[in-house]
Parts: sequence; structure tokens; C-alpha cells
Amino acid sequence: MNPSPASEASGSMHFVTDQNGYFADNYLVKPGTGLRSWLYTLDHKRIGVMYLVGVSIAFAIGGFFAMLIRLELLTPGPTVMDAMTYNRVFTLHGVVMIFLFMIPAIPSGFGNFFLPIMLGAKDVAFPRLNLLSWYLYLLGAAIAIYGMVYGGTDTGWTFYTPYSTTTATKVVPVLLGAFVIGFSSILTGLNFIVTTHTMRAPGLTWGRLPLFIWGIYATSVIQILATPVVGMTLLLVAVENAFGWGIFDPARGGDPVLFQHFFWFYSHPAVYIMILPAMAVISEVVCAFARKNIFGYKAVAYSSLGIAFVGFFTWGHHLFVSGQSAVDGGIFGVLTMFVGIFTAIKVFNWTATLYKGSVAFTTPFAYFVGFLFFLVFGGMTGVALATLSLDVHWHDTYFVVAHFHFIMVGATVMGFLAALHYWLPKITGRMYSEGWGLVAAVMIVLGFNFTFIPQFLLGNMGMPRRYYSYPEKFWALNVASTAGASVLALGLVIVLVYTLVAIKWGPIAGRNPWNSRGFEWMTPSPPPLENFEKPPTFTHGPHEYADEDPAFPAPHLAPEPKHV
Amino acid sequence: MSDATVAPPQLAHHFESLEKQQHAARLGMWLFLATEVLLFTALFAGYGVYRYLYSDTFQQASRHLHTWIGLTNTLILIVSSFTVAAGLDQAAKGKGRNTFRLFMFSVLCGVVFMCFKAYEYTHHFHEGMLPGRYYTYEALGSGPGGAIFFSLYYLITGLHAFHVLLGMTVLTVIGLRARAGRYTTEYFVPVELAGLYWHLVDLIWIFVFPLIYLA
Amino acid sequence: MNELLRRLLFLPEQASEHARQVDALHYFVIVTTMVAAAGVFLTVVYFFVRYRRRGIDDRTPFVHPEFIHEALFVVVPLALFLLWFAIGFPQFVRLSLPPADAMDVYVQGKKWMWKFAYPGGPSSIDTLRVPANRPVRLLITSRDVIHSLYVPALRLKMDALPGRYTQTWFEADRPGRYDVFCAEYCGTGHSAMLGELVVMPEAEFDRWVSEQRRSELVASAQDAATPADRVLPAGNLVEQGRRVASEQGCLKCHSVDGSRHIGPTWVDLYQRREKLKDGATVVADEGYLTKSMMDPGAQLVDGYQNVMPTYQGKLTPPEVAALVEYIKSLRTQAVRSGPSEGPAYESIPRK
Repeated sequence: MNPSPASEASGSMHFVTDQNGYFADNYLVKPGTGLRSWLYTLDHKRIGVMYLVGVSIAFAIGGFFAMLIRLELLTPGPTVMDAMTYNRVFTLHGVVMIFLFMIPAIPSGFGNFFLPIMLGAKDVAFPRLNLLSWYLYLLGAAIAIYGMVYGGTDTGWTFYTPYSTTTATKVVPVLLGAFVIGFSSILTGLNFIVTTHTMRAPGLTWGRLPLFIWGIYATSVIQILATPVVGMTLLLVAVENAFGWGIFDPARGGDPVLFQHFFWFYSHPAVYIMILPAMAVISEVVCAFARKNIFGYKAVAYSSLGIAFVGFFTWGHHLFVSGQSAVDGGIFGVLTMFVGIFTAIKVFNWTATLYKGSVAFTTPFAYFVGFLFFLVFGGMTGVALATLSLDVHWHDTYFVVAHFHFIMVGATVMGFLAALHYWLPKITGRMYSEGWGLVAAVMIVLGFNFTFIPQFLLGNMGMPRRYYSYPEKFWALNVASTAGASVLALGLVIVLVYTLVAIKWGPIAGRNPWNSRGFEWMTPSPPPLENFEKPPTFTHGPHEYADEDPAFPAPHLAPEPKHV
Repeated sequence: MSDATVAPPQLAHHFESLEKQQHAARLGMWLFLATEVLLFTALFAGYGVYRYLYSDTFQQASRHLHTWIGLTNTLILIVSSFTVAAGLDQAAKGKGRNTFRLFMFSVLCGVVFMCFKAYEYTHHFHEGMLPGRYYTYEALGSGPGGAIFFSLYYLITGLHAFHVLLGMTVLTVIGLRARAGRYTTEYFVPVELAGLYWHLVDLIWIFVFPLIYLA
Repeated sequence: MNELLRRLLFLPEQASEHARQVDALHYFVIVTTMVAAAGVFLTVVYFFVRYRRRGIDDRTPFVHPEFIHEALFVVVPLALFLLWFAIGFPQFVRLSLPPADAMDVYVQGKKWMWKFAYPGGPSSIDTLRVPANRPVRLLITSRDVIHSLYVPALRLKMDALPGRYTQTWFEADRPGRYDVFCAEYCGTGHSAMLGELVVMPEAEFDRWVSEQRRSELVASAQDAATPADRVLPAGNLVEQGRRVASEQGCLKCHSVDGSRHIGPTWVDLYQRREKLKDGATVVADEGYLTKSMMDPGAQLVDGYQNVMPTYQGKLTPPEVAALVEYIKSLRTQAVRSGPSEGPAYESIPRK
């Protein structure tokens, strides 16, 4: 704990770590440890941690509903519940997973924690707005859960009219819950955009930004532009359901397909809100574990913006068989292809990053490999759907279900897990068990394959979505899918268990256990309250491993360097 | 952080300088205004679609509204925007009291606007021009276009009125703070942001008026 | 080869030429996807082995991509994707262009059954019989919420929308029985809304149709169970239309003898070019006739007053279909005898 000569000479404060390398004076104890210090916190790191806890709980709830679905589908007829219950269960699975997990998980969880740190800033631009976003998330979740507890809704998460405006189930609380969470999403996106524009530390030009920031930034742009539209749409459905105002009800002269246009205008960009942050994480993970700069920095950075931009013009591919003209269909089909190109660019660049790298097969890297594989299949099946004639057969069948689960679970959840394992040492200062990590990763990847590949085949066979009962010929594949889901669930439970164990009892990780040159590894683990004592000055981009870098001293076997 | 100059009291701990903080505040406000615009765009798009599908009925319905009230309301909002701009100008000169007075005048304009809207709505209710399943107005024919027009009318003007109320609240709060001397010639960004919000409320109405009243 | 891949991919039988062509595109896409995925995966494995980490502090060179790399990353997938689009899009467009001699069938989805009706009769619940090797056009609507008619063996799907007609067509070339599913979630009976497409050899179908038309079929028990339905006995759709027209008061304003009255005459109305009040012209096809019943003031014929009441909610879709068929039958030239051959028509223009 003796200060080194360098820090004494500069006369500045230094962060003192204990003999294991754990920084005791970190954000978890400062400014306090009581409940109130957490409830009123303005620290982006604490808000990020609260989000991570919240979305994990949401994931568990959504996952529970998923297992109920797979349980019911074990037999062709009724298995454990009746049709109405089943319809509510799959609706809630969708609503909880999408609004309470997929959309906030990486941006509001890891984004909140790491965006300011990677920018060399002390906090986001509007810390109080950030706390408000968190409370809006909780409020929206509470309203939606209230609706769930009182029976929930049976419309599917897509709320298609006129079914959603004429059903007797509790649609309005679920709609309102989603509406409130929408504002949480908008304010977070707004915060991140302003932070990225105005709070970069000296020397951090746009061309030196970590790719994680580029991805979060692109996500934030979508969030602020698309979410207001769906907010309005859901409000219209709630009003129509409650008061019969007939905007989408054909019996009152309304147009039900107009609802689909409004809904998908948001919900298609929303899926890019879900995937871009995961891609952003993977850009960091692949560089860290290949110890290598990203192959095409500009390509990866701009393709994030490209996905965000073009993604706004593809919503019509959800309406190919809704009676719209073939010309409309064609335009949307071609534009959807372009989004596929941006994804392809990323896939090739990530793969090429491994060239001449120094690759370590750790748990985060295992999730990268899973991510890549599932993104290629999920993405290609998306392009296949966009060829129009194939979509006529596949629309509203299990093929589409498999396609989006490949992306949402296969890619985004893998990205989330990669982030969790990569950044747990930074967030908590402790390391998880690598052995268990790899075991769980293998189970998750295998379980995932067994859950969703049968669903591609079910879709080919013609099994429609949201089916409570099904003809016997679909039985075997459904059983296979449920078996796979059980393995997947078990793998995820294992992750939960060893993560909790690691947080409490894990070995101290030290400042930079991965020896990564992402900017966030410059701070101690866990980071201090204000991230840095003074803003660092950046002289180059992240993840450059060609030479010595004084900000990332080579690790020795002796205790950690004592100052930053 | 250099220790030569004393940090101004309004400087938040996480910003380097007041200038950066103000820049961030302005950028944040513009982005927020963009989201508000998109909120209304969804409704305008819906209106546009139904205007096309039921063009005759919508045109007739517009003529059955009180255009003079719409016009008066438009003028009231324009005047109120002007006084808000003047209030901002006074704030930039450090004259918080004048800002308060001008903002309060704009709030008064808002009150008058809401009074006119209340009068309009009451009249509509009497005539049976109600939304959705409560619609009983006879004069627009028996098709569904009339009910749809009024559903959209109430949604758009209602949402706008809600934003007028929000704007009035913001102007009052900022006006009171200006009177209490919280803003200086160096730091009056909150006044700017309040002004921007009110201008947006006005701007949205400037789109609503021709779209709905002038067919 | 086709059969091998079809079984490998769990695809249903191919009951039409369209299905075979769509499957061909499917094979192309899936094989390419497998090759691409294998390529990426093997490259990753190779790089992992070749460049595995030797020490915690390995230095790596800063690698710049050449322009050609990024260009290839873009151009190769783009060319492939556009090629797939170029194959798939015409297939899709073909589904919206039924041939002129297609046989019409009116389809109505409702919770939770399918009703099929042929112009000239008969109608049936859940079972659609069609002749093989003859094009069939489906005119689809819904009674309540959105449903979707899906026949996997034909690779065919089209949404059934309330308040509107959608259309699609097919030509089954293989007799057999094929599943019909509802593919748009519609409530507790969504997965019970199963139907069957029975493709019969042409001669057998013709025989069956004339048999049906000779006898009056009793409406099924399922139908009678819902009092909200006004049950129309199956039979000649044109006859039903005439009955509905007089019951609903249409004939008070529309003549059937060519004379001008409060509303335009129905004689020769079908496919007539009408001049509208706002100066535009419109062809009075099924879509226009249906819309005129639902929203009479929307496209008013020039020279007539806007006094027609709306029939939205007052007519059930089968009644609307019957009225349309009745109007279509009012032609001055054609003398129809025997069962309806299926009318000649133009595709419903999409707005």
C-alpha cells in the first residue's frame, strides 16, 4: 500500500487497493450502504446494477412462463391448463420478455454502468432523469404485473385489433404498463445520446469511441424516435378497449390493418433495440479475448447506424399476407435485405478480428462463438423470410418463432451473458468460476439448439403459432423442443447460482483480470464513485494491443499496481 | 478541476464546465421535443389515413366545427409564444421580474385557450359530437366517418390540451424562479428550455388547426 | 433430389406447381445458409487454433482492413440476397394475379370455423372441395376478428380481415386431402379452427357440385348453435342475394330493370365504369359494390344524392356476398342456364 514514486511526484490523489487488488472505497460503499442511499442514488453505476437485478428477475418470470408453454405443448391435447390460460401465458411470456427484459437489459443495465466510464465521464448527462427512468421501469412493471395477477391478457404481445379491442381479458393494465416503460426507454436513450455528444473526455474523438458506445448510441436513437409512436398506438388500443372509440375496429369504420402498421413501425425498430446492444457487447468481447483491434472499426461502427436507420423502413415485412399490395411488399422486402447486409458486415469483421490475434477460450468467448453461430442462422432465416414467397408459407408459424428466438435468445441473451461474465469482475471486483461458466455455456448452447431447431422444422411442416392444441403429427418435434428447453433452463439456473456465489464469495479479480484494453479496465475494480479522479486523456482508440500502453500495465505476479 | 476559479453554484458535479452543462441541457431538450413531435405524428398519420378513406365526411365535419374559435386560439397561442420569447430576452439581460411577468401573461393566454376549448367541447357534447360508441350527431350522414372524425378530434386536441397544461406548469415554475433571482446573464438555460417547450406546444397547434378546422 | 430435401426439411407435400417452385427457392436458401454458417464456423475454429493465446501479455499486430475486404463483405451477401429476392418476389406477385378463368370461392372465417361458399352454391363448413388442375380464386373475409387461411401443402396463406375482402388463388394439381389451419391468433378456439382442403379429380368435382345444387342442404348443427348468425340455407347464392335485396329494402331505391331511380340501377352494374361525384371514375367490381354497402357516401356516383344508409353491421358477410352475386347476375345479354361456370372478372384493385 505504499504509494509509488510516480504518484507522489504528481501530487494527485491515488486510489488505494488492498493487497489482493480489491478497491475497497468503491461505488458500492460510497456515499453509503443503507437502503436510502440506493433509493435516492444518482450514481449511474448503482442505477445500472439495480436495472441488472430488475431485468434478471423479469427474465426469470418470463422464463417461467416459457417453461409453462413448453409443458403444455408436451402433448397434442390439453396437458396442464385450458386454452384461455395458455393464451394468457404466452402473451405474458412475450410482454415480460420483450418490455421488461429484452429492451432494457443491456442498454439500461450495462449501458448505464459502462457508458460514462468508457467516455471518461463521471456520470451521464442527466443523473436525476436516469433515476426517473429506473422508477418508471418499476412503475410500468408493477402496472403490468398487476394486470397479470388479475388474469392477464390473452391477445398475444402484438395486441392485434380487433381481437384486443373486443376481448374481455385485462388488456388495459398491460398496455398501460408497456406505455409507462416506453417512457423509461425514451428517457434513457435521450440521456445516452446527450452524454455521448457532450461528455467525452479530452482526446476521445468519435473515431476513438469504443464500439460498445457506437452500439448503445445507435440503440438510443431508435429508442427516442420509435417508442413515442408505439406509446401512442398502445394508448389508442387502451382507449378503444375501454371506451369503444373505434379507430381500429371495422364495425365502427376503423381499419384493423392500420393498427398493424402503427404497431410494427415501432416494434420492428424495437427488435434492433434488442440486438444492437448485444452486438455492441460482442465487439468488446471479441477484441478483449482475441487481444486484438477490431478488424474494420468504421465498418462495424457505421453498420450500427445503418441498422438503426434502415430498420425504420422495414416494418411492412410483418404485413406481407395482410392483404397489402404486392408492390408494398416488394419494397419492404428489399429494404429488409439491406439490414441483413449490415449484420453480415459485422459477422465478417468479428471473424476477421481473430486473424493474427491471441485467442483465449474463456466463458465470454464461448458465448461469442454461440452468438455468432446463432446470429448467422437467425439472420439468414430473416433474409429468407424477406423473399416474400417463402414468408407466405412461414408467416405466423413456428418458423418465425424459431427465427426470432434465434436472434433474441441465441444472439441477445448470449450477448447479455457474455457481458455478464466479461464485466462481473469490474462491477463486483470478484471473479466467477470459469469451470462452471464453461459447463453452463455448453448446456445453454446445446439446450438452445434442441429447443429451437425443432421449431424451424415445425414451421416447415405448417404448425401455426400460438396453438394450444395441435395435430398429432407435430407431437415428436414438440417433445424434442420441450426437452431442449429444460436443458437450456437448467444451464441458465446454473449461471444464476454461480453468479450469486461469485458476488458474495468469489475470488478477488483485481483491476484487469482479462488484461483487456477496453477503456473501462483503466478504473479500479469495483470502480470508485466518480469513476476517475480526473478525466483521462485519450490518445488512441480502444483495444490496441500492438505496443506497451501505460494505462494498462502488464500484470505481474506481485500485488496490483496501486494507482490509476 | 482547476482550483483557481470558484465553480458557479449551478454547475452540477459531473460536468466539466457550465458551458458543457448548458450545451447538454439544450441538446437534451431538443431530443425531448423530437419525441413529442413523434407522439403527435402518430396521431396525425392516423388522421391522414382516415381523412383519405372518409374524405367527404371529414370535410363536412370540419365545417361543423367552430372555425372562429380555432382561429382565435391560434392567435392566442402565437401571442403567448411572442411573450415567452420576450421573457427569454429579459432573462438574458438579467431581468428576472420581467421574465416572470411575461411568462405569466403567456400562462394567462393558456388559460384563455383552455376556456375556449372548454366552451367548444361543451357545445360538442350538446350536439352529440362524441367519440366512438357515444356518437349521436345526425348531420354527417349515417356512415362511420363522423364517429371516427370526432374520436380523432378529441384524441388530438385532448392530447394537445394536456401539453398546454404541462407547458403552463413549466412556465409558472420557471417564472417564479426567475422572479426569485435564480437566473443570471450567464445562466438562464432553464428559461430557454421552458421557452422551447412552449414554442413546441404552439407549433403543434399550428399544425392541428389547419388539419382539423380548415379541412 | 426434391423429395430428399423436402423430407429432410420436414416440408409437407407439394400440392401445386407454386409449392414446388417455392420449395426450390427454399432449398437454395437453406443450402447457402448452411454453407455460409459452416464457413464462418470453420474459420472461427481455424483462427482459434492457429492464433490461440500463448501468454497473458501477447502483443498482436494492428490489422487494417483493405477496401477490398469490406467491399467483398458487402457485395457477396448483397448479390445473394438480391438474387433470392429476384426469385421470391415474382412468386409472390403471382399469388395476387389470379387467371381470368379461375373458379371463385367465397371464404368466411369466424370464431372458430371456416365457411366456404361457391357462387351458385353450395356452401359448406370447414371442408373446401376443389377440382384438381383448375385455378381457384379465394375471396376471403372475416366475420369478427382477424383470421388467416393457411394451407401448408399449397404454401398458401392469406389473412381474413373483418370489413374487407382479401384474395388469393391456387391451382392444386394433385388430388388428396390437405390441412387447413387458421394462422392468426383469434382466441381460445384458434387451434381448433381446423379445416380440410379436398382436391378432387375434375370430373368427380363437377359431379359433386351438380349433385349439391340439386338438393337443398340443411345448415350444420354448429351453425345453428349461434343465434347471432342469420342462418342462410345453402343453395343458390344468387337466389339468396335476391331475397336479401328485397328484405333489406335495396330494391326500394335500386331498380333491376334498367330504370333510373333514387340509386343507380343494378342491371349491368357489375364492371361498369361509373363516374363519381368528385370527377374520378371507378370500375364497379366486388370491392366497390361491397364498399358502397358499408360506406355509401365515400364514392358516390355522379348525379345521385348521398341518401343511402350504411349497412355496416346490418348485413352478414355471406349476405353481402350473396348480394354481390345477385348484382353480377343482372346482365342484359347473358342468358344463364345450368350451374354457374364462374364469372370472368378483373382482379380487385388494391388501394
